[in-house]
Amino acid sequence: MLPPTYGKGLRGLSLATLATISAALALVFFYAPLDANQGFVQKIFYIHVPLAIVSLCGFIFGAVLAIGYLRTGDRKWDMRSYVAIHMSLIFGVGGLITGSIWAKASWGHWWVWNEPTLVSFLIVLLLFATYQPLRFSIEDPERQSRYASVFAIVAGAFVPLNFLAVRLAQQYVHPRVLTLTGGNLPGAMRLTFLVSLLGITLLFVTLWKYEMTTKNTRAQVRRLRRTLLGDDTIRPAGRSAAPL
Amino acid sequence: MSALFAIAPALPLHKAGKFVAGAYIVFLALVLVYVVIMAIRSQRIERELSELQRDLDAARADSEHDLERVG
Repeated sequence: MLPPTYGKGLRGLSLATLATISAALALVFFYAPLDANQGFVQKIFYIHVPLAIVSLCGFIFGAVLAIGYLRTGDRKWDMRSYVAIHMSLIFGVGGLITGSIWAKASWGHWWVWNEPTLVSFLIVLLLFATYQPLRFSIEDPERQSRYASVFAIVAGAFVPLNFLAVRLAQQYVHPRVLTLTGGNLPGAMRLTFLVSLLGITLLFVTLWKYEMTTKNTRAQVRRLRRTLLGDDTIRPAGRSAAPL
Repeated sequence: MSALFAIAPALPLHKAGKFVAGAYIVFLALVLVYVVIMAIRSQRIERELSELQRDLDAARADSEHDLERVG
């Protein structure tokens, strides 16, 4: 059986991502009105919040894919989960840095420890930062995949719980702009935010597919080498989530 | 660059502008670093594929040479 091809539709997806992010940037700087309280600094919102949301959703996505591995035992699910968590970490770091810049500009501090949203996001990020050291400390590929999947599921379940806990917290220094009742974003700002969110989501999916394509291609080259030349020394090392 | 700023709408680039620019540059830098890493990985795959092709050609030449000697 041929392995799945992740590169299918990647060109169209890349173009759609480029178009959406370009449109989002145009809306941010030429369409969305200046915030009455914060002024121009509020423009950071359109990059910071989508990065944070996509990052958290990516962690949950990674957990769902890990369930696929535990159900089937097929390492391709584990590799998908690994790449989703890896991408989410990068997006999470982006969200954290942009948030820190925004905090400095509007609150005068790079970091505020008594703000539940910030601290809870940092906890989630640090939790998932231990995923890779845990994974690559295990040499046996099967055990590595199993333990990593269990970790991804447990940590992934922690993300919505953490989100709920912060929402239920009493201290609301951090602005609430997205609620089930519509939030408090005016129309032009809401449209700009939604296009930005779509752009960042598409970027996540594109980069996920891009990395999956690369990993899958490399695994195929190794498999070919083993088949054609009987070279058994070329096997994924301990530090690899690639399938055998 | 000054011409670009001249036609751009009046943006408060004095104080807030540096923070906004910083945030968007961080995003751009992250994407660029990622693309560079992926480009290095693609090069590595290309090199592995070339090595595989070379080893395969060598193995094929060896087997043809052995057949000729037996024949």
